[in-house]
Amino acid sequence: MSVTTARPRLDPDTSAPPQPPRRTLPRWAWALIVIGVWILIWVFTKGQDTLQMPQRAHTDVQQALTEFRDAVLASRDTNPLVELTYQIGAWFVDVVDWLQRLVSIPDFPRPVPQIGWLGVVALATWAGLAAAGWRIAILVGASFLSFGLFGYWSDSMDLLIITGVAVTIAILIGLPLAVYYGTAGRTGVKVVTTLLDLMQTMPTFVYLSPVVLFFGIGASAAVVCTVIYAVPPIIRIAGHGIRNVSRTTIEATDSSGQTRWQRLTKVQLPMARSTIVVGINQTTMAALSMATIAAFVDGPGLGQPVLSALVRNDVGNAFVPGALIVVIAVMLDRTTTAASEASEKAARGQIDLRMRRMVLAATGVAALVAVWVSRQYVWAAEFPETSWGVTVADGVDSFFAWITETFDGLTQAVADAVTYGLLNPLQELIAESPWWLTALAILALALVFGGVRALLPTVVCLTGLRVFGLWHDAMVTLTMVLVATVLVMALAVVLGVWMARRRAVDLVVRPFLDAGQTIPPFVYLIPVLALFGPSRFTAIIAGVVYAAPVAIKLVADGVRGVSTTTLEAARSTGSTTWQEITKVQLPMARDSLVLAANQGLLYVLSMVVIGGMVGAGALGYDIVLGASRSEEWGKGAAAGISIVLLGIMLDRIMRASAQEDADSHRA
Amino acid sequence: MPNGWKRAGRKHGGWKQGGRLAAAACAMALIAGCGGGGSIDDQTQENESKASGDCGEVNMAINPWVGYEASAYVVGTVAQEELGCTINYKELKEDVSWQGFGTGEVDIVIEDWGHPDLEKKFFAESGDGSAEDFGPNGNVGIIGWFVPPWLAEEHPDILDYKNLNKYAKEFSTSESGGKGQFLGADPSYVQFDEAIVNNLDLDFKVVFSGSEAATITAFQRAEKNKEFLIGYFYEPQWLFADIDLQRVKLPEYTDGCQDDPAKVDCDYPETELKKIVSTSWVDDGGPAVDLVKNFTWTNDDQNLVAKYISEDGMAPEEAAKKWIDENQDKVDAWIG
Repeated sequence: MSVTTARPRLDPDTSAPPQPPRRTLPRWAWALIVIGVWILIWVFTKGQDTLQMPQRAHTDVQQALTEFRDAVLASRDTNPLVELTYQIGAWFVDVVDWLQRLVSIPDFPRPVPQIGWLGVVALATWAGLAAAGWRIAILVGASFLSFGLFGYWSDSMDLLIITGVAVTIAILIGLPLAVYYGTAGRTGVKVVTTLLDLMQTMPTFVYLSPVVLFFGIGASAAVVCTVIYAVPPIIRIAGHGIRNVSRTTIEATDSSGQTRWQRLTKVQLPMARSTIVVGINQTTMAALSMATIAAFVDGPGLGQPVLSALVRNDVGNAFVPGALIVVIAVMLDRTTTAASEASEKAARGQIDLRMRRMVLAATGVAALVAVWVSRQYVWAAEFPETSWGVTVADGVDSFFAWITETFDGLTQAVADAVTYGLLNPLQELIAESPWWLTALAILALALVFGGVRALLPTVVCLTGLRVFGLWHDAMVTLTMVLVATVLVMALAVVLGVWMARRRAVDLVVRPFLDAGQTIPPFVYLIPVLALFGPSRFTAIIAGVVYAAPVAIKLVADGVRGVSTTTLEAARSTGSTTWQEITKVQLPMARDSLVLAANQGLLYVLSMVVIGGMVGAGALGYDIVLGASRSEEWGKGAAAGISIVLLGIMLDRIMRASAQEDADSHRA
Repeated sequence: MPNGWKRAGRKHGGWKQGGRLAAAACAMALIAGCGGGGSIDDQTQENESKASGDCGEVNMAINPWVGYEASAYVVGTVAQEELGCTINYKELKEDVSWQGFGTGEVDIVIEDWGHPDLEKKFFAESGDGSAEDFGPNGNVGIIGWFVPPWLAEEHPDILDYKNLNKYAKEFSTSESGGKGQFLGADPSYVQFDEAIVNNLDLDFKVVFSGSEAATITAFQRAEKNKEFLIGYFYEPQWLFADIDLQRVKLPEYTDGCQDDPAKVDCDYPETELKKIVSTSWVDDGGPAVDLVKNFTWTNDDQNLVAKYISEDGMAPEEAAKKWIDENQDKVDAWIG
């Protein structure tokens, strides 16, 4: 579950485009023919060989996975690898514990942490000032105060600690890999891309229990699973930045006879600096989105109150800590961005350094005084209790009660319309066809849309799906993912165009999109359930809420990027608003639309597990099952792998299709 | 994005202004500092002089349901208040809790519903011996098929499984493909509903809610909107304080009728809930070991504390304290 604006898929395909084959029919016509034939055969064969299995049965492959896990578990006292990883885990626990005693939990025999809240707020504000200026200092100070005022001071500190440790490790691991990714040849890039895809699409629930096995419970597990999830963005983005340093610059400096190391440290890294900062920023956002997942293995932080409120079906008390996660995300996002802008300014000598040093020294002394005070007095060490959190929680509760009362009938009607009109027929075709028929149909469609280059990944992924034994569940999941993506794109086009055309709309909508992306999905699980009941549609709604913001932003940015001269030209020929949108803006923003659909789809896919928790069954349920019952671990793992395969297959088909498009346009 | 540096870059004015602000803040902090509040040094000395009990630290797993939380916090609070232990509560699912016994990260699982697979791995007879059964905790788990009270009242005959097919159409939803929908539970629970439905020839399809939150919301909705709903549920559970779900009668449980998961055609047995503890923790023999060994209470006791937590919104520690204050005699019996 990532918070990033765009899960970046940035490896530029540098292969020379092959000459496109001459087509006699457009692609959509071919697609219709394939679907027509599919339906025709389906009529005679439906219900046969669907590979549906009872929920608690498993195949040999799945059983083998469980046994492998058991073997590792049984050997944990003797296995040197486990001993090593356990040592690393214990070290994480020590570091986190030390930091916690510093700022978040009482350091016995002291009744409070070493530095009380006043000191922490002062230091954080000062750090914001030093890194990025006054505005950021105020933002940081206000954010830190809000943690205490809403009653989650130590949970917020814990989350910041875990995120800080995890991001530091992610950077240490990620930067060297980014350098490799940015300088490797084509094969190297392909291998790393596939690995990163795997890390980002594999549902976190699947590796939660193995991580515990190797690293232990609590802070160690939290740090490790956060690192696994957060390291891909920095590799992708920083690697992309390094690769894109202009050839001419490199050639120019190469001619002066520099070594590879000099080229890297003197040219490539400095020139890719701002992209690397973007990478760190995205890695931080991804790390934050692991907060609630890490809470499943006792990871400290704001995820814990969110989860325990979920256990009590308590919307309000899940909302407040959830919203504070959003506050942390916004704070860190703005700070890192502003800090990088500021340091660029400083590098260009646009800042009066003497004045800056004086102010920082003076405010630094003030911060130290605050730290001293917070070490002496209880009022400055223990955040005073307020009723703010309770008030907000109650407000949220009554708001949702009102919504469910008011819209109950309407939501049911919408759910039924989509389920009976779209979801059920589609699922009937995709999941109730014999498996070989669906496989052939998918293969044919991949060929139609993506051409030959989509063929190999599709064959590999379909074979994998068949081998891991959850074909029927995978097809049900595929149906839901497709329907959700269609809804996401409908929203993205409507809202995106509107936002691009009206500045005011953009201003109002954008903060909601930021929040929608960052707030943990567990927070809106109960309200969505209360509105729609446990069903596949509920899962789709949860997926749409999570995925739509990214797609909307991408479409809005794409449409806004259409050149004004083109628009004016269209206007001068007297086209209506509708024509302007459909004939000029949308076609010209085609690349953004494709990217939005791709990202929307992957985001929806990452919500499949949550879907399993709200009654959608299929792969999501299998994964939760595997995470909950020790004897079903293999089935959960198989389901996780199946999701990865679905994701990679759809992604590769879409990308090949976009490539085909580009080729045929060029031709 | 606009920020302070831009202005500072142009005029250097932001820093001067900031300096004044900082000076003011500094002065205010000093004044407030002199203003009072307790001294931390005093409390630190007090803590140091208070001899910490010989109990040491105890790691208590908190599995994710409120009834469990109630038992865990009551035992934990007693250990803390009466025996001077330091209790570390760890929020974990069952599977992960058991993995923690061998590594010293978990000492106590206070309410276990039966995990044959985990017992095989971690009990001494067949596994690595890192965990052991510490006897029943007095709670009895009742698993079964339940319907909302309005339904039981309007159609009393629905409480017998033999009449369920008559109503199958009413139970159908968009998820059940024309059959009646049976709402299966959170994946962590032992459930044989697919087999029971099959073997009793019921015209139903099991749809898995996927989480306890989803099941509870579904029952609340069904009661409020008077919708047909039948599903897996269990006692002790705080929801019963809110909605008095009615149990549907299935063919009676007999020994062995659930041995083959595919052939189950009977009701769920009553489960004696038990305590599972870490063997190494027992061997170390702190004072809390006896407390856990002696701890038993009833479903009503647990439901009461669970209600304090979920319905009355009390923090688990407070809820536990309240119950302990009201039931000192029971607590004394555990300490012995």
